[in-house]
Amino acid sequence: MREANQRANFEAIVLPHLDAAYNLARWLLRDEHDARDVVQDAYLRAFRFFDSFRGGDSRGWLLTIVRNACYTWLRKARPAELQVSFDEESHGRGGGGSNPEENLLRNANAQSLKDALERLPVRLREAIVLREVEGLSYAEIAAVADIPIGTVMSRLSRSRERLQEFLRVSNGKEV
Amino acid sequence: MRCTEPRELVQAYLDRELDLARSLEMEQHFRGCATCSEAYEEGRRLRTALNEGELYFSAPADLHKRIRAGVRDEARRGARPRFSSWRATAFGLPAALAAVIALSIVPLFRRPMTPDLLVDEIVSGHVRSLMAEHLTDVASSDKHTVKPWFDGKVDFSPAVVDLADHGFPLVGGRLDYLGNRSVAALIYARQKHFINLCVWPSSHEETRGAPEVSRHGFNLIHWDSSGMTYWVVSDLNPAELEEFAGLIRDRMASAAR
Repeated sequence: MREANQRANFEAIVLPHLDAAYNLARWLLRDEHDARDVVQDAYLRAFRFFDSFRGGDSRGWLLTIVRNACYTWLRKARPAELQVSFDEESHGRGGGGSNPEENLLRNANAQSLKDALERLPVRLREAIVLREVEGLSYAEIAAVADIPIGTVMSRLSRSRERLQEFLRVSNGKEV
Repeated sequence: MRCTEPRELVQAYLDRELDLARSLEMEQHFRGCATCSEAYEEGRRLRTALNEGELYFSAPADLHKRIRAGVRDEARRGARPRFSSWRATAFGLPAALAAVIALSIVPLFRRPMTPDLLVDEIVSGHVRSLMAEHLTDVASSDKHTVKPWFDGKVDFSPAVVDLADHGFPLVGGRLDYLGNRSVAALIYARQKHFINLCVWPSSHEETRGAPEVSRHGFNLIHWDSSGMTYWVVSDLNPAELEEFAGLIRDRMASAAR
């Protein structure tokens, strides 16, 4: 009886955010099947830790769990992706710290904005997806990604510079 | 001329993260600074491109079922040892009280504000409308179709405005039942997010403050105007939802004039 209530609460409060969870995982992992598996595991994990949820922002609570599950998975399966992005990020600002040519090369194979977004380092991709695709505020992104708001802003800024660069180049090609 | 305003400030303006005073300052600044106003325009162009890029990945249909099944198994498997301690530590409620409260789903959680059953009802209604695929009773982006649909279904005539030009297209209307009465629910979209606007006659004639509430990841805004009560609910972020509410307030006010 009690388990049934627990389950009903969970299904009413956490399950409605499935699209948000899947969208984030799909963007972080860039693979449909991996995203599906990781989201399913993350949901079970969320259910096990549901007693730690004290009301408030259930979407943010869930997304934090999903995000952590994605990074754990990446660390095991594709550690290079985390490594590369860390190096890129540790450089200063302004075009992500790399020169414009390098940015062009990086995006040279991108067919669409979607490709360009997929080619961003994972932490930059995460910030821009949470903001522009999922529509989270800075404070919400800071909570989900466990970073200060200033870091949210600089990551967003760098993501946007690169995507804007891609738009400029691809528009240039068309004309 | 190089501008010394940090790029992040333009961005924060773009993302509606600045307070009113700072926003006005930025708008003033844009008028005199080509660098910043171009940066802002570029940000807007990127946003438009991202909006048009169909970048949202919705969960596959079977994933919902698989998770529900997984949770059911998990609840059964972990039930005995875990949940006996779980209840006591999680809520610290006497068993009898817990049983009573557990009958209604949402109020189980402690929250700082006074219990507001109406807010819970509105959030539940919103969630139900999304989950049961019963978002609209009348699906139309045409206000001249949606408005007459309510005739004879509710004892008032809700004003219906379209905000497609502001990025909030009208999706349709639905009949809902809140606080022991039938209400009109108008549904708008913002990209992948849906906004429910619930309207019914109010006993408060004047516009009161518009308190914002957040509940389980959903944001709500409420106000009374011209004898009607308005509730806006969505999982959209508070800033954009406030923009939506502001537009609705303006349009309703000019419609009433």
